[in-house]
Amino acid sequence: MAEITVAGLEKSYGSFTALHGIDLHVEDREFLVLLGASGCGKTTLLRCIAGLETASRGEIAIGGRRVDPLPPRARKIAMVFQNYAVFPHLTVFENIAFGLRMKKMPNAEVDEKVRRAATMMHIEQLLARYSGQLSGGQRQRVAVARALAMEPEVLLMDEPLSNLDALLRLEMRAELKGVLQESRTTTIYVTHDQVEAMSLADRIAVMHGGHIVQHASPLDVYRDPATRFVGSFIGNPPMNFLPATRTTAGWEVAGLTMPGPAIDAHTIEFAVRPEDLTPAETGLTGRVKVVEPLGAHQLVTMDVAGHHFRVVLESDLVVRPGETLRLAPRPERVRWFDPTSQTAIDRSLVPS
Amino acid sequence: MTATAPLPAHGAAPSDEIARALDLARAKRWLVAAVVTILCLWVLVPIYLVLVNALSTPSEVSGWPKSFVPSFAMESLAFFAGYRGVAEALLNSVMVAAITMVLSIVIGAPAGYALARFDFAGKNAFRILVLMTRAFPLPLLALPLAVAYIQIGLDDTILGLAFVHTMLAMPFAVLITASLFMGVPFELEEAAWTLGCTRLQAFVKVVLPLVSPGIAASAVFAFVVSWNEVFAAAVLTIENRTLTAFLLQSLNVSPLHLKFAGAAVLVLPALLFLFAVRKYLFAMWGIANR
Ligand SMILES: Nc1ncnc2c1ncn2[C@@H]1O[C@H](COP(=O)(O)OP(=O)(O)OP(=O)(O)O)[C@@H](O)[C@H]1O
Ligand SMILES: [Mg+2]
Repeated sequence: MAEITVAGLEKSYGSFTALHGIDLHVEDREFLVLLGASGCGKTTLLRCIAGLETASRGEIAIGGRRVDPLPPRARKIAMVFQNYAVFPHLTVFENIAFGLRMKKMPNAEVDEKVRRAATMMHIEQLLARYSGQLSGGQRQRVAVARALAMEPEVLLMDEPLSNLDALLRLEMRAELKGVLQESRTTTIYVTHDQVEAMSLADRIAVMHGGHIVQHASPLDVYRDPATRFVGSFIGNPPMNFLPATRTTAGWEVAGLTMPGPAIDAHTIEFAVRPEDLTPAETGLTGRVKVVEPLGAHQLVTMDVAGHHFRVVLESDLVVRPGETLRLAPRPERVRWFDPTSQTAIDRSLVPS
Repeated sequence: MTATAPLPAHGAAPSDEIARALDLARAKRWLVAAVVTILCLWVLVPIYLVLVNALSTPSEVSGWPKSFVPSFAMESLAFFAGYRGVAEALLNSVMVAAITMVLSIVIGAPAGYALARFDFAGKNAFRILVLMTRAFPLPLLALPLAVAYIQIGLDDTILGLAFVHTMLAMPFAVLITASLFMGVPFELEEAAWTLGCTRLQAFVKVVLPLVSPGIAASAVFAFVVSWNEVFAAAVLTIENRTLTAFLLQSLNVSPLHLKFAGAAVLVLPALLFLFAVRKYLFAMWGIANR
């Protein structure tokens, strides 16, 4: 049993606060992906859980046991560092064996576990090398293998695949997911890459400026972003936003009047994902600026009432720059945001 | 100019510029070569002269013209080696230098580690203070130190002198080891902690192997500082003189050829020692030596 509970965690560096009261619960055996823009505090949170950073306030428990007074070695964790931290004076083999040797494991067992981890990360032919003789991506895989070989209860990974080429990353990702599911390790995985986040995560925690702004399943995060930031950060191309003003009949968005939330405000924001629009007789009207074929689909960038607006359309539809397009949003996929708090407007307020 | 096709008009200026850049690069190369040559001669010529004269007969040393090829006459050196007290002085020098070496690393390296790894109040002041000990004139310290040593019975002992030499060598030990430790990413230690190490284990298993060549070099440096030191040695010892103090006292009134023999005996060990660890010294000063 190794669920992780973080309560009211705060971390300040002098006058700068990197983490603002983080509350996070990771279930036993869950694969949580921590997603967020550069500098939002992902590494800091991971380091606090690992015990490398002392929190200014708050509690951390692993497997129901308070760990914040404990040193890293007593927390039953393994960590993959963002900058690999592969020991330069040891061979790849000894690097992977390092933690096992600390556990005083017999040699035969060490040998077997090192080879298994190395095979998993496709570095078995590099075991005799030193880190100076490895490429960045190979070093990164040594770091992952070193953590996997420990068979920890909790695995903390800080962008462990960031330096691999697209194909290898895809392969490693699948491999990791398989291994971790089988070993039932509780995992926190940091990444910038939202495709990686979607494909790996049981749940995603999105961080923004030292806060966790949303913590939900990948699909929920995608469909129902809790804040405007989440909507624009997740999804490629990102969500479209347009201002909406109150009229007697509902909300007016770029000349189109539609039903919206029953709240007492003059202006709010209308949002829709690029793939949730279809050409129609009546709808949002805009001029096509750029057309980018993507194979099965085409990405069309338009100008709607002076705002950038992206749509993903079937590729058999003929669209040319300069044309005017009329697009109807799928009503069940339309979301509304409060422009002052930047948060989503409660969907129970929207008549369906 | 017999070029068949005229150069494009804008070609003239760049080619001029390139020629100037090439000239500048050539001049720079010459300058560097000249400076390096002068510096090498500055060090090598005196050493060479000492060795030549130490290996010449007494009459050659005081005679004229000089030969630049030694005659490999061993009599000066032989006489010097047989001189009463030389062997003891040599042994004293080695012992004092060895104790200095050990003490300055045992005390200096932890201070260097603290400077490299921890943020504490007065860190910069401490760094400057460490250097300031070198600015404090030893002659000013000599008398009170001698009195204090006599009171606690440390006068005329190898250990007492080694303490003073340790103080002289310490600033280098602290600053050199600090820069060594800074060169080892802290993350490596952290990784070792997450893999089951205590702080001490991480230091021993990860940091120490990475810095040991540099530590060896700074130990050698402490050795040489002690080996070369003459003032404190002359003031604080009477019976148990080190080689430098002994030579200062005995050779002042000796004939020239014996002075050369003494100088050779003094220079050679330090030179050999430095030569043996030159690789680490280069690494220490950040010069790639490959
Ligand atoms: N030792 C420190 N002193 C001061 N500020 C720090 C320190 N470490 C991190 N920070 C700040 O804390 C914030 C969060 O840093 P962190 O490394 O957690 O970001 P991150 O989300 O991991 O970013 P990235 O995706 O680029 O790795 C940053 O604004 C950073 O400047
Ligand atoms: Mg980071």
